[in-house]
Amino acid sequence: MTKKLDPKIAEAFKAWEDKILGAMIKRAESKGRKAETRESFATTSGIEPDRVALPDAGFDYVSKLGFPGTYPFTRGVQPTGYRGRFWTMRQYAGFGTAKDTNERYHALLNAGQTGLSVAFDLPTQQGYDSDDPISAGEVGKVGVSISSLADVEILFDGIELAKVSTSMTINATAAVLLAMYAALAKKQGADISKLAGTIQNDVLKEYVARHTDRFPLVPAMRLIRDTFEFCAKEMPKWNMISISGYHIREAGSTAAQEVAFTLANGIAYVQMAIDAGMDVDAFAGRLSFFFGAHNHLFEEAAKFRAARRLWARIMKERFNAKKPRSMMLRFHTQTAGCTLTAQQYNNNVVRVAMQALAAALGGTNSLHTNSRDEALALPTEQSVMIALRTQQLLAEENRVGDSIDPLGGSYYVEALTDEIEEKAEELISKIDDMGGAVEAVKSGWMEMEIRRSAFEYQRAIESSDITVIGVNKFTVDEDVRPDILRVDPAIQKSRTEELKKLKTERDNAAVEKALAEVKAAAEGTDNLMPPIIKAVEAYATIGEICSTLADIFGESRNGIA
Amino acid sequence: MPERPIKVLLAKPGLDGHSRGIYVILDALRDAGMEVVFAGIRRRPDEIAAAAVEEDVDVVGLSCLSGAHIPLFPETAKLIREQMGDDVLLIGGGIIPDEDHEELTKAGFGIIYGPGTDTREIVEFIKNEVKS
Repeated sequence: MTKKLDPKIAEAFKAWEDKILGAMIKRAESKGRKAETRESFATTSGIEPDRVALPDAGFDYVSKLGFPGTYPFTRGVQPTGYRGRFWTMRQYAGFGTAKDTNERYHALLNAGQTGLSVAFDLPTQQGYDSDDPISAGEVGKVGVSISSLADVEILFDGIELAKVSTSMTINATAAVLLAMYAALAKKQGADISKLAGTIQNDVLKEYVARHTDRFPLVPAMRLIRDTFEFCAKEMPKWNMISISGYHIREAGSTAAQEVAFTLANGIAYVQMAIDAGMDVDAFAGRLSFFFGAHNHLFEEAAKFRAARRLWARIMKERFNAKKPRSMMLRFHTQTAGCTLTAQQYNNNVVRVAMQALAAALGGTNSLHTNSRDEALALPTEQSVMIALRTQQLLAEENRVGDSIDPLGGSYYVEALTDEIEEKAEELISKIDDMGGAVEAVKSGWMEMEIRRSAFEYQRAIESSDITVIGVNKFTVDEDVRPDILRVDPAIQKSRTEELKKLKTERDNAAVEKALAEVKAAAEGTDNLMPPIIKAVEAYATIGEICSTLADIFGESRNGIA
Repeated sequence: MPERPIKVLLAKPGLDGHSRGIYVILDALRDAGMEVVFAGIRRRPDEIAAAAVEEDVDVVGLSCLSGAHIPLFPETAKLIREQMGDDVLLIGGGIIPDEDHEELTKAGFGIIYGPGTDTREIVEFIKNEVKS
């Protein structure tokens, strides 16, 4: 890290290095010891920190940091930071049936959670009904099983959609779930233009990291464009996408790659919308982001600050956005699931707390804290409560939000912020040279880069260069079988019965008519949202709608775009 | 004559897309000199079994982090056993509760690995089992 030193500091520093530090190193060496524990203290992004960070005399405060709520938003997007309102505490939850999950939501809301976050099972995420043979074993496992509007009605029973904000982790089939949510809100008498929430709707990262894609890349991008247009017009308070680095990081990327690939994907979505004739300021304020919070406390906090600054510059300089809101990177954070250990699993409570601290210091807008038992199975309700309480402790007991961007001005953190930004910019420009993120995804390059970092990380654990407590250090023999949550394997049978019943009770002629309209829109260029809404209102299932789309679009099995 | 390298098929059955683990194993086994065929993610049990037969592998490794390992692992194992007999070594990994290990062992799995496993341990296990 090179920076300009004030001459007075430079002189004093040299004296310290020579006399104090130098003497210490010499003393150690004379005894045949090393003065420091490692040869290199580089982060996984390859940033070698200064032994002791010093003030940069050339540091341009106003252009680099600004103030909370002002360009380039390094210090956060809210002028009042957490002094006005804490981050939204939003635990990702869903398992089993809509009824099981509805009970968990009521428990979380009663415990002080401030937003909902829906986890769907894999069949729902990939557009298969729960009675489809391909869904075998997966129904209700990683999330709630939803096949039709009837399930969504049960999922939000007793919850007024006009009064909560709901985030839905749904990508390939986001248009269908958004349609179901809007349809239920209308049934509840809500004005959909006032609904607050988010659909993840980010397929680019699906092909490289998360792999719940269903359609090939081109029609998948068209579905996203249709949801953008629909939301801009009908649901202006809804975040139409959550551009996600979380899964890229979980798949093994470094922090710098996480920022770079996420923002590169973001650029691709913005370009797509502009190419479709949308005005950048009409939609950019409703783009949201999602990052992970990994173990390196300071690099992670810096990462969030760097991402905010870089995105603001991209929106302003590359896309000529005019509204400040269009330049704000608002993001959700989840603590890094890949850092949880099955060994001595209670230690995960501490890991999660530290990662949550990094997110708060980085100014996250909402947060999910993982449960201690997630390296073993789905989390139990007790574990989920500890995770939620961790956030509440951080906010209310530790008071990390009393002064905005508390790490701002730390010589070390500002240097890390600069370096992450620089590394991410280099990668983005490399992706630009390839023709943009769509090409970098399609060619397999982005996935291969992530995979290489994952393997290097594993090797570093195996050589003990990276320490994982309980795995390669301080290990113990244990035979712990904590209580775990299990989904009743009979669920697929009961869901099959429910679907059979639904299909006899609904107006099947209306369903067929609506599906024909979905098909016609898919074949042409009309926005798909209106016919999809009509179909879900007729209780067409997600499987029916998606197989109709797949007939026209084709399928993207095996994660190949 | 050099010995034929151990041939391994890796795959992810079901709809789970968590690919990090299986890619790390893939790279580690290749580094250890094995020939590794990747049958892909989101494969059906019959597709995996067909690939194992086609490639005539010594080892099949399955990964699942979504909790669908039962029924998918035993179903895949049954198809492989039916078509290839008992010689093929079956290994599994992912987020798999200890309580399920017995059922998977009965279904023919030689070992089930969880998070935090050292890849050298997996290489050793395969080498020992395939030799004997």
